[in-house]
Amino acid sequence: MNPGVITLDALRKVFPAPGGGDPVAALDGIDLHLEPGRIHGIVGRSGAGKSTLIRCLTGLEKPTSGRVEVDGTDIAALDGAALRAARRNIGMVFQHANLLDSRTAAQNIAHPLEIAGVPRAERERRVAELVDLVGLAGREHNHPAQLSGGQIQRVGIARGLAAEPKVLLCDEPTSALDGGTTRQILRLLADLRERLGITIVIITHEMGVVREVCDTVTLLEDGRITQSGDLLDVAADPHGPLSAELIPLPPAPTGIEALVVNCDYGNSERFRTTEDLIQLAETYEAEATLVAGTIETIGGRQVGRVQLALRNRSGQPISREGLTAFLGELEGAGVVAKEVTA
Amino acid sequence: MEWLDNPVFTTWDSNTSLWSNTLITLYMTAGTMLFSTLIGVPLGLLLFETSGARGGLARWVNRVVGFVVNVGRSFPFIILIIALIPVTRFMVGRVTGPNAAMFALVISAIPFLARLIEINLREIAAGKVEAVAMMGASRWQIIRQVLLPEALPGIIGSLTTTAIAVIGYTAMAGTVGGKGLGDLAIRNGYQSYDNVVMIATVVVLVVIVIAVQALGSALSRAVDHRAAAR
Repeated sequence: MNPGVITLDALRKVFPAPGGGDPVAALDGIDLHLEPGRIHGIVGRSGAGKSTLIRCLTGLEKPTSGRVEVDGTDIAALDGAALRAARRNIGMVFQHANLLDSRTAAQNIAHPLEIAGVPRAERERRVAELVDLVGLAGREHNHPAQLSGGQIQRVGIARGLAAEPKVLLCDEPTSALDGGTTRQILRLLADLRERLGITIVIITHEMGVVREVCDTVTLLEDGRITQSGDLLDVAADPHGPLSAELIPLPPAPTGIEALVVNCDYGNSERFRTTEDLIQLAETYEAEATLVAGTIETIGGRQVGRVQLALRNRSGQPISREGLTAFLGELEGAGVVAKEVTA
Repeated sequence: MEWLDNPVFTTWDSNTSLWSNTLITLYMTAGTMLFSTLIGVPLGLLLFETSGARGGLARWVNRVVGFVVNVGRSFPFIILIIALIPVTRFMVGRVTGPNAAMFALVISAIPFLARLIEINLREIAAGKVEAVAMMGASRWQIIRQVLLPEALPGIIGSLTTTAIAVIGYTAMAGTVGGKGLGDLAIRNGYQSYDNVVMIATVVVLVVIVIAVQALGSALSRAVDHRAAAR
């Protein structure tokens, strides 16, 4: 068994309805395998089951049925002292960091080591290391109230890493931070994965977080996984529910005298850039202009959703027949193309 | 300035003296706070720890303790002193004097303090407890390392509030010959038509209350590292 691997097997969690009605399945048969040493994003709207999932991963919530294997241990089967011991292998980062106000940054970082019974000298050495690792040097003796939101989350991350866990679970780690700070924290997480080789799971509702740091992404809807895979594959799959969210299209422009089509490419072997699409249009005697689009480079590959305005040589919208043939050829080559109706 | 010749200022006899009765009030308050803290804080913790229980022993402990606390708090203090007389005789050995009064004060202060402590603990964000539970902490470690230190500023505030309530209650200790400033004010002041005694005791009580509040607030601020406190 690889260290840091997470396997969920037919995980179900059913809550009794508050009013005594039908029970609610917050998680309804989750099968998921998360490879070690990578950054996994789990996304979904609120109420999709993200929080319940992370609480099952930490043993804060007992699943109704199924297995929750973290780093080779079935968390769901543990209780009491065994569960507490298993938790020491899992680091956790919270949306609001949940630091203790009564402790300084350094004392907060040292807390998991205190609980694990690490001797003081060793604790101090480790805390000094962690303070450097997360870029907090000089602020370690401040209380949380004297730190900025980004610094507080750095303390939270250092604390999550203190006991040298194989897995770091992050529950909406940047949702309370501004854009610039979010980027810094995400860069820190990516950097930690590189340096420590730990498995990171990020639960978030922000697609930007997934685009920026995640290697894989899993979409949770109504307690079920509706899409899961490597970020590039998921983003490039125009039929899946996530590509539109990962690569959102700007609002369609209005007042254009042309036929407008949406094209999602990225999965296609033949069409790899917007330029390829424009060139194809020319073979149909049409001039294609790019009117809106989002083009992302993920893992060195271009994935785009673009809106093209098609006109014939005299500046009029192209014919129906021409359009149908053009769309047909794109579909055949793995590009999802659709006419935009005003 | 002939009012300065009043025996309330010139004597040390505890039947008449402002000074010895001030010491008696301070003694009763300090003693009451010592015992009620030793029992009331753990009781508040017990109320908090058992409050979420849906069933089992914890649920029953919460119900029973909660009921006893509610009953204790609803007794008018003057009635409590009288109702407790047989118990006081058994516990203290006598039913009059400062120590007998102190016993009733402790019994009255414990439920008051326990509820305040429960509220202090309730104000700690659940996420903090969860974060430390995630480190593999036991319930006892959570109590010692999260609940008590995080609630400390509030707990000091609750102790201050209780101490001031106890100072007020000591006035009724005279019913059982408890002495103290309140007793002096009623017997030698109000009932003897001596305004000097009345005013002097009230002034001293005000000074004591202001001092206790100032001390409590300063201590609370000293241990409070939350942003809002600055």
